Amino acid sequence: MASLISCPHCGSRPKEEFEIKGAALPRPAPDAPQSEWFDHVFLRENPRGRYDEYWHHAAGCRRWLVVTRDTASHEVEACRDAAERVPA
Amino acid sequence: MTSYRLSKGGQIDRATTLPFTFDGRSFNGHGGDTLASALLANGQQLVARSFKYHRPRGILTAGAAEPNALMTIGTGGRTEPNTRATVQELYAGLEARSQNRWPSLSFDIGAVNGLLSPFLNAGFYYKTFMWPASFWEKVYEPLIRRAAGLGKATNEADPDAYEKAWAHCDLLVVGSGPTGLAAALTAARSGLRVVLADEQPAFGGSLLSDTAALDGLAATEYVARCVDELRSLPNVKLLSRTTVIGWYDSNVFGAVERVQKHVAVPASGQPVERLWRIAAKHAILATGAEERPLVFGGNDTPGIMLAGAMRTYLNRFGVAPGRKVAIFTINDTGYALARDLEKAGVDLVAIIDSRLQSSVPYAGKARVLRNAVVTDAKGGQALSSIQIKQDGRFQSIDVDALAVAGGFSPIIHLACHRGGKPVWSDEQSAFLAPDNLNGLSLAGAAARTGNLADCVAHGSTEALAIATQLGKSGEAISVQVEGDLSGRVEKPLWSIPDNSGKAFVDYQNDVTRRDLDLAAQEGFGHVEMAKRYTTNGMATDQGKLSNINAIALLAEARGVSPAQVGTTTFRPFYTPVSFGALTGAAKGKHFQPIRKSPLHNWAVRNSATFIETGLWYRSAWFARQGETTWRDSVDREVLNTRINAGLCDVSMLGKIEISGKDAATFLDRVYSNGFAKLPVGKARYGLMLRDDGMIYDDGTTSRLAEDRYFMTTTTAYAAGVMSHLEFCSQALWPDLDVRLASVTDQWAQMSLAGPKARTILQDIVDEDIADESFGFLAAREVSLFGGKLRGLMFRISFSGELAYELAVPAGYGESVADALMQVGEPHGICAYGVEALNVLRMEKGFITHAEIDGTVTPADLGLAKMVSATKPDFIGKQMLKREGLSDPLRPRLAGLLPLDPTQGFRAGSHILSKDAAATLENDQGYVTSNAWSPHLQSTIGLALIIRGPERHGEEVVVWNGLYNEFTPGRICDPVFLHAADEKPHA
Repeated sequence: MASLISCPHCGSRPKEEFEIKGAALPRPAPDAPQSEWFDHVFLRENPRGRYDEYWHHAAGCRRWLVVTRDTASHEVEACRDAAERVPA
Repeated sequence: MTSYRLSKGGQIDRATTLPFTFDGRSFNGHGGDTLASALLANGQQLVARSFKYHRPRGILTAGAAEPNALMTIGTGGRTEPNTRATVQELYAGLEARSQNRWPSLSFDIGAVNGLLSPFLNAGFYYKTFMWPASFWEKVYEPLIRRAAGLGKATNEADPDAYEKAWAHCDLLVVGSGPTGLAAALTAARSGLRVVLADEQPAFGGSLLSDTAALDGLAATEYVARCVDELRSLPNVKLLSRTTVIGWYDSNVFGAVERVQKHVAVPASGQPVERLWRIAAKHAILATGAEERPLVFGGNDTPGIMLAGAMRTYLNRFGVAPGRKVAIFTINDTGYALARDLEKAGVDLVAIIDSRLQSSVPYAGKARVLRNAVVTDAKGGQALSSIQIKQDGRFQSIDVDALAVAGGFSPIIHLACHRGGKPVWSDEQSAFLAPDNLNGLSLAGAAARTGNLADCVAHGSTEALAIATQLGKSGEAISVQVEGDLSGRVEKPLWSIPDNSGKAFVDYQNDVTRRDLDLAAQEGFGHVEMAKRYTTNGMATDQGKLSNINAIALLAEARGVSPAQVGTTTFRPFYTPVSFGALTGAAKGKHFQPIRKSPLHNWAVRNSATFIETGLWYRSAWFARQGETTWRDSVDREVLNTRINAGLCDVSMLGKIEISGKDAATFLDRVYSNGFAKLPVGKARYGLMLRDDGMIYDDGTTSRLAEDRYFMTTTTAYAAGVMSHLEFCSQALWPDLDVRLASVTDQWAQMSLAGPKARTILQDIVDEDIADESFGFLAAREVSLFGGKLRGLMFRISFSGELAYELAVPAGYGESVADALMQVGEPHGICAYGVEALNVLRMEKGFITHAEIDGTVTPADLGLAKMVSATKPDFIGKQMLKREGLSDPLRPRLAGLLPLDPTQGFRAGSHILSKDAAATLENDQGYVTSNAWSPHLQSTIGLALIIRGPERHGEEVVVWNGLYNEFTPGRICDPVFLHAADEKPHA
C-alpha cells in the first residue's frame, strides 16, 4: 500500500488520513437485473496490477477519491475526485 | 583479562570518568565509550553465553551487526533486554547484566548443552521431539525455552516518553561515512533539502576509525570540516543516533532516533526515542559494507573479533585487543590494522594471509604466513592459541587476540525492503542491490568495493546526478587520500578445512558449518529451507554477519554458485525497534481520544457513573444516596420517568445537517422509506440499508426548511453514516445539489421524557407547546428563556412516554440542563442514564444496534412497511428483493420472558424449542437484548426467533452454552408495556 497519497485537493498526505472502501465500480442502474446487482455487491476481481479504489480523505478534506494503484508494485498512478466524471 | 586501554589515543574524553557495572562488578569508562569498548578497556572479554550451546562469547563487532554481546541494561521499568553492547553508549551509572547463563557467566551449567550437541544440530526440533505429541507443549517447549533464551522483558511499565515525527526532504542520505558525507555536502551545496541520518552518536562512519589522511587532514579532522559546513547550511537536517530501519512505498523511510538512550535518567519534556517517517524525493544509501567473519573451528572464542572492529576499538576508543595479537586476513585491510596496532605499540605476533601474496608492502615485526589459514582457535573462555595450516603443515601460535578480515558484503538491506531481490556479482564476489530502484541509489562501499577516494567521488557524483535531476547544479567533490589500504576485491574464503572445533556461521543462533552441510545433505539445501531447518539468520541480528557465509557454504555443498542459491527476503526493520518507539504517544489515556458530551460536567455534578462507549463517556446511571447497587438507581430512574419525568443526555447521537435543493431527493435515496413528502416542521423515523439490503442504521430526520434537514444517527454509527452520506453524494450522485455538515459536536441534546415533560419544558420554552401547536413528531426551532437562546426541539420518543428532544448550542448545554432540573424539581424530575434508557426502550420493543446486527432486514424487525414500494431507487432496494430475504423461516423480532420472573437470561443466549436438545439443528434464534423491567418485575428480552411473531405464547428454553444455563421462557410480543397507551402521541 502506498505510504503517501496525492489528494487532488490537499496534496501529498500520509495514508493514515484515508479510509479505503474498496473497488471503485460503477453502481448498476436501479432497475438493473438482480444478477448484475449481485455481482456488484458481492463479486470482486483481485487483479495483479492496476486497480481503481475508493479512498476517503476522512482526516482531511472529506472528499471521496478514486485512487488508481498497482496492487503488485504499490505505485499510485492517479488520484482524482470521485465526483469527477471520466470518459469511459 | 588481556584487552586494555592504551595510555593515549582515541576520540574518548579521558577527562570524564563514567562508572558502570557489569554483572554487579564495578568498572570505569570514559565519555565517548560504548558499553563494549568500556568492557574491553577493562579486560572483560567474556560478555555472553550463546543461545543454544551456552558457549562463552566475546565482542565480535563494533556496531549494529553484533551477534554475541547482547545484554540487559537498566533497571525497573527502564530494563531493556538484548541490548547490543557495541551500540549502547556508556553513561555514568549504567547497569548491564549478561543473559542466558546460570548461575553465572563464567560458570554456566547450560554449557552442558555443548556436550549434547550431536543431538542439538540442525533440525533437532523436528527429529527429537516428535513423540508423544502432547509432550511438545507441556514438556519440551518450556524446557527448551528455559535453556535457550534471550533476555527477559520487564513486567513494569515503561516510564519514558516516545514520539513520532515526519520529515520531508529532496535527498535522504543514510550513513555519514566518506560516501555519505560527500553525498550530503554535494547535495546541500547545490541547494537541495537534505537529511543526513547516521546510527552513531558522531558523524563520520568508518572515518572515525581510520588513520588515513584526506586532503592532508586526519580523518577525524576531515569529518569535522564536513560536518561543520553541513551544520552551517539551513537546508540540511542532521540526525545522529538515528537508524533508518525501513524503506516503504512512496519513498518513505522509517527511522528511529535514540534521543535519550545514552543517559541514565532521561530529561522530561524530551522523548527517549523518536520514530521518524522521512518522505524523501530521493535517497542515497551510503551504508557501507559489513566485514565477514571467517568460518573456522572455535571462531567464537572470546578474544576473536572482526579486523575492522579491532581497528575501531584501537583507533577510536584507544583500546588494545590483547598482549599478543594475530591477524587472519584474506585481503589488504588486514595490513592497515597491522600498521595501526604496531604504531600503537601492541605486540603483533603473526599475520596469517590466505593469499600467496599481498599487494601492499609490510615492514612490521610480525611473522607473515602466506597461503595460510587458521583452522582452529583454542582457549574456551579466553583465546590462548590458534592452529594454523600452511602448505599442508600445521603449527600452533600462542595469541590472546585474533582479528579476522574475511572480506566485505555491501549493506543493501534497505534497498531490498520493497521486494527487490539482491543480485550476485561474480566480479564483486558479493550480493548487490538490484538495479534501477526508483528513488533510491547506492553509493560507496554499499554499491561496490572501492578505496576511500572512490567512495567520496561516488557519493558526490550520485548526489550531483540527483541534484541535476531536481533542477539544481553543483560540483563534484574529490579528495586526496594518503595511507588508505582498502579497495581491492579479493577472492572470498568460504570454507576452511580441517577444523576440529565447532565452526560457527550464525553466532547468535549457534548454527555451525556442519549444520548447513547437514541441511544440504538432508535435502534442505534451498536457501529458504536451510534457513528454517538450521535457524540460520533467524535471530535478532537477522543474519547480518551470517547470511552471506551461509549462502556461500550451501552453494559449495550443492556445487553451485551463490547466485543459484539466492538470498532470503530482507524485511524491515534493519535493527530491532522498541515497542515504545512504534507506540509513540498512543498509550494509556492517550491511546485514543476521549469524547465528552457538552453535558459531561452536568452529569458529573449529578453523580453520574460513566461507561465508555466507543470514544464517548456516557452517563450510565445517576446514583442517589442510599442506593447500594447500580440496579437500585436504574430501577428508580425507569419508574420515575414513567411516573414523572426524566432527563437524559443524548448529545452523542450523530447529527448531520443536510441542505441543498436536492436534499429531499437525496434522503429519498439513502433511506428505505420516503422522505420527499415530509412536511417542513416534522420529524420522521428512517431506516438506512446497505447495498445488500440489510439494515445499516436508523434514526430520525427532521425537515427544518424546504431545503434543509437535520438528521440524527445512532451514536455508534455517527462517523460511518457521515462517510456513507458523503460517498453517496460525491461518488454516486455528484449531480445532486446536496451539502452535508457534521454538527454532532455543535449541539448539546437532551431527551426529556415522561408525563410531566411538557409542563416542565413549557417553563423554559417561549412558545406554546400544547399538543395542538407542537404535536407528535413536530420539529422546529424554538425560542428559550424569553428570547435569550434559540434551540431545536423535536417531539420524538424512545421511551414510549410523552417526550421531547431539545438541542441547544453546545456551550449552553450545561446551563439548560441545570435549568430543566431546577424547573423540573417540583414535578419530580430525575436524571437518567443509558442503562435506564435501554430499559425504557426495551419495555416498548424499540430497537437498537443490538437488534440491527448486520444480519437483519426491515421485515425481520417488523418494519417491512418502512420499505418504499414506489421509490425508483434507494440504497439496498434491489438486493432486498432476494428470495432468501423473504424466507418465512428467517429469524424475526419477538419478545421473551422467563417463566419464573426470578430467573434471568443473558443476551447472546440461544432459543431452543421445549424439550429439544442443545444442538445447532435445534437452534431457534438468539437473545439480542435483555434487561430487568421494574414495571414487570421480571427480566425481559428481545430476540430474533424463527417465525417469532407467529409463536407468541409458546414455551421455549433459553440456553446459554458458555454458562451452561437453561432458562424456561415464553415467546411474547416485543412490546412489553401496553399502557393505556398512545402516550407519546397525546
